[in-house]
Amino acid sequence: MRGVERRLLAAVPRRVLVVLGGLAAAQAVLVVVQAELLVRAVAGLVVWPLPWLAGAVAGRAVLGWVAARVAGDAAALVKRGLREALVARPLCEQDGGQPGGRSGGARVTLLTRGLDSLDAYLAGYVPQLVTVVVVPVVVWGRLVVADWPSALVVAVTVPLVPVFGALVGMRTAALTGRQWGLLERLGGHFRDVVAGLGTLRAYGRTEHQSQVVRRLAGEHRRATVAALRVAFLSSLVLELVCALSVALVAVPVGLRLLNGSMALATGLLVLVLTPEVYLPLRALGMRFHASAEGVAAARAAFGVLDSPTPSPVPLFVPPSVPATGQVRVADRAPEIVVEDVTVRYPGRERAALHRVSLRIAPGERVAVAGPSGAGKSTLLLVVAGLVAPSAGRVLVDGVELDTGDAQQVAAWRARLGWVPQHPHLFAASVADNIALGAPGADPRRVRRAARAAVAEEFIAALPEGYDTVLGEGGAGLSAGQRQRVAVARAWLTDAPVMLWDEPTARLDLGSERALVEAAGRLLAGRTALLVAHRPALLGVADRVVRLRQGRVHSGEGVAA
Amino acid sequence: MWGAVRPYTGRLVLAAVAGTAAEVCGLGLVAAAAWLIARAAQQPTMAALSLAIVAVRGFALGKGGLRYVERLAGHDVALRALAELRGRVFDALAASPASSGTGRERAGERTGGRAGGRLRDGEALTRLVADVEAVQDLLLRCLLPTVAAAVCAAAGVAVTAWASPRAALVVAAGVLAAGLVLPLVAVARGGRAAARAAAARQVLAVRGLDVVEGAADLAMFGATGRFVAAADAAAADLERAERSMARLTGAVTAAGVVVQGMTALAAAWAAIGAGGDQVRVAVAALTALVAVEAVLPVAAAAQRLREVWPSYRRVTDLVAAPPAPSPARPRPVPPGPLAVELLGVSVVHPDSTAALRRVDLRIERGRRVAIVGASGAGKSTLLAAAAGHLAPTSGTVRLADHPLDAYAPAGLRAAVRGLTQDAHVFAGTLRANLLLARPDATDAQLATAARRARLTEVVQALPEGWDTMVGAGGVGLSGGQRQRLLLARALLSDPPVLLLDEPVEALDVACADEVVTDLLSAPGGGTLLLVTHRLAALRHADEVVVMDGGQIVQRGHHDELCARPGPYRDLWEAELLTA
Repeated sequence: MRGVERRLLAAVPRRVLVVLGGLAAAQAVLVVVQAELLVRAVAGLVVWPLPWLAGAVAGRAVLGWVAARVAGDAAALVKRGLREALVARPLCEQDGGQPGGRSGGARVTLLTRGLDSLDAYLAGYVPQLVTVVVVPVVVWGRLVVADWPSALVVAVTVPLVPVFGALVGMRTAALTGRQWGLLERLGGHFRDVVAGLGTLRAYGRTEHQSQVVRRLAGEHRRATVAALRVAFLSSLVLELVCALSVALVAVPVGLRLLNGSMALATGLLVLVLTPEVYLPLRALGMRFHASAEGVAAARAAFGVLDSPTPSPVPLFVPPSVPATGQVRVADRAPEIVVEDVTVRYPGRERAALHRVSLRIAPGERVAVAGPSGAGKSTLLLVVAGLVAPSAGRVLVDGVELDTGDAQQVAAWRARLGWVPQHPHLFAASVADNIALGAPGADPRRVRRAARAAVAEEFIAALPEGYDTVLGEGGAGLSAGQRQRVAVARAWLTDAPVMLWDEPTARLDLGSERALVEAAGRLLAGRTALLVAHRPALLGVADRVVRLRQGRVHSGEGVAA
Repeated sequence: MWGAVRPYTGRLVLAAVAGTAAEVCGLGLVAAAAWLIARAAQQPTMAALSLAIVAVRGFALGKGGLRYVERLAGHDVALRALAELRGRVFDALAASPASSGTGRERAGERTGGRAGGRLRDGEALTRLVADVEAVQDLLLRCLLPTVAAAVCAAAGVAVTAWASPRAALVVAAGVLAAGLVLPLVAVARGGRAAARAAAARQVLAVRGLDVVEGAADLAMFGATGRFVAAADAAAADLERAERSMARLTGAVTAAGVVVQGMTALAAAWAAIGAGGDQVRVAVAALTALVAVEAVLPVAAAAQRLREVWPSYRRVTDLVAAPPAPSPARPRPVPPGPLAVELLGVSVVHPDSTAALRRVDLRIERGRRVAIVGASGAGKSTLLAAAAGHLAPTSGTVRLADHPLDAYAPAGLRAAVRGLTQDAHVFAGTLRANLLLARPDATDAQLATAARRARLTEVVQALPEGWDTMVGAGGVGLSGGQRQRLLLARALLSDPPVLLLDEPVEALDVACADEVVTDLLSAPGGGTLLLVTHRLAALRHADEVVVMDGGQIVQRGHHDELCARPGPYRDLWEAELLTA
């Protein structure tokens, strides 16, 4: 908790804190001036201080506005920094999914709404923290000069605010911590039954649950109110301390005025200024409670940023590496040798691949078959440089592929056409999706690629053809259509090596035929490694290698 | 919505009174203190001040205590209303026609890696729950603060009227400016800024999703830099929108300070001009400060109202929606296995993709039929239509030779059910989850269902056995365990027509084949419609129906379909390839 807050504070530029401190001091001075002018007008029954008072008020407003702007800008800046860092971070276990799994939803929520809740901390709590340090001191200084006995009362009672706040806070934390589990369970019930409404309906349990929903919501209320009874004590105590302190100051001042030992102006000044000492402290308590959600979001964000990258392989090409795939002259199809490769995923007992060796001659098309979990997809990922082997190596034309070398990996990937099992389509136009590896490619080339991938027909049927912008994650296309866009994508790169993972989900018959047809054209004259789940694709391969439980089971490709 | 609050009107009034009284105490505290000090300076007798001294102390104590009462009573009434509203929303959902998203199987959603449908459903659920929760803010953060502010402002005007009627007019103007004009301007301007920020947030969400979920594709095509830059640009846009929102918030606060200060000085000026003494001037000026301060939270309440309003509308519309129609004289569902028949059934989704195209299928009573085909072929839609979860766009579904709408909805649901795609595991014990299907089941029935679904070994391996707690949605269970539990539940319910949508896809192949063999060949039970991707055990089915593109393309016995070329044989050969 403290660590998260310290990191957040450290993320706010020092300059901002200094500026906020300066603004707070100036505001404190204006508060004093304002009180002074008001008191003179009232005590002397004169109007001359009032225009000056208007100036002081305007000054305070301007300072407050500037402070809010500075704090708001700083908050937006910090959030943007966190957002950019989060975007650049591969998915990991902290996102609540498996490494490499598709759990982007939680990350996106964190990225948007989650970080927005940081406002309460960055634009609310932090400036208030600065105010608390500066304003009470300045105002109290004026009180000392005006009337030291009152200042003494204030000096004695002010520390009670944080002390009581902390005491009650600790007790509350212990109590609510105990009740948290109960509250969580009761509060989650409604979501649970709404999510399972179909099931409840099917089994005729909705009438019964209707009562349970109300009963549990009632229990939730009782438990919550019991927790709040304690939680609100802290603000009650703070409020009482502040109010009684004002009363404690005001009544003696009244008595001293009564026996003539104090001027009215002084008395009024003390009365106006005393609450201003307590105000920032009370506000800080409120801001602190309001910022809890944001701090939790920050903790989640730091958790993601601190987690070790799931694989040692740079999934991301640093921007310094120029984007490849402008018009590329097809270079020679290389030879690929997989030598004694073993892959172990963290937390898995069995190796995904165990001492697999395989030689793919230049221009040869090798299909990999085998039951699910045999390591077919892993083999493809190793050749693509997306997974680093735990032992063994991959040689391309005799050169070892070093997954730690971002430059080399990027250069290798530029020679690869990639058709994964679940291609990701982007929220962009169909044309841009096809031209992923060659942005700005000639529309005619995009069309040719789509035709080769047997995708032209369905693209033409889309509302705006190639310019149709797909939904989030490519929503709007069927599995077979997505696969064909991915084939077109690979085709457009005109890469000499093709890596293709056939979709396991059974495509409809039309899509399947179209894909096999496209494969034949795509693979001609290239080195290819295909993961096949259906016999049809085997037809386009020169030979078949069978994997079983991470080992080469049969196939002429077993290298020594 | 207000129906959910009405039973607790008394408590709501209590909370409002306490909140208002707390605000008025705050006002009284300042007014009494100002009076006390200014009057004391005139050096009257001590007795003349004693009441004011008591008042100062009383107001100070009362403010804190009443605020505490108000916050507790406010939360209590809001939570009571929430409990009632949850019940009403649940009832409305339960009575609404066609369950949400049941059996919607669309190509691309389940197989395209990113399950768009699932995410959207989850989001809709999250939004609904959040909507219901947000409505309590209408009471806590909109209604109660506004009432307290209004009364306190009126009290402030009344107090200044004692000091100086002219000052009272000034305070009234200030209060209106801060409590009415300022919130209206803030809401109008804030709405625009918030809309811009929401749009920027949406763009960032989409682009961020592309970068994190499409990471491998981007890396392979050397496009990472480009897409990260686009996401960063979206983050920058959002930053700009947020800056302008922060600027607006700051401006509203500053305007509040100006109105407050100007009101106080104008009130002092008016009181002095009217020839008031120090007591009256002090009371007028300081009361003006507090009166305006009391209405400043109205701007935040209005802002919150604007945010909560769409939630309020959605919940109100939901609760007000008419329930599904029920036949006037429903026909009783006959006992025992029943025949199911689809006559020219088409289902077209709102986005005009057809999930079923004129399907004709009759399944005689007691037959066990397997339905196979590609993802998106319409298998789950067929089950949903047969169960009446989904109304066909055209055509008729008949159960025991009568259209589905001849039966009472509850009777129909009891007759045709099983394991559907949206089957849910509830938070609770394994036993409770199973007994949901049949609350009066005996231990022997429980054990049989568990054995057939291969749940017995799962239960035995758990230290707490049947009393093991699972989380909502099956948290704590593996995919295979969850599926066995759902299958056992479906088997326990033993309806006249049993629907099983991919009941074994998460089990290992050998185990899956055993379970399917048992399902297809064990004696007894109702008519069975089984959707599966695994063909090995289907020789035990009475009939296999092959679907493609929303149509039935082949029907027959497994052996017969394997013997001739066609889609089923292709599927069968593909399965042998990965054997």
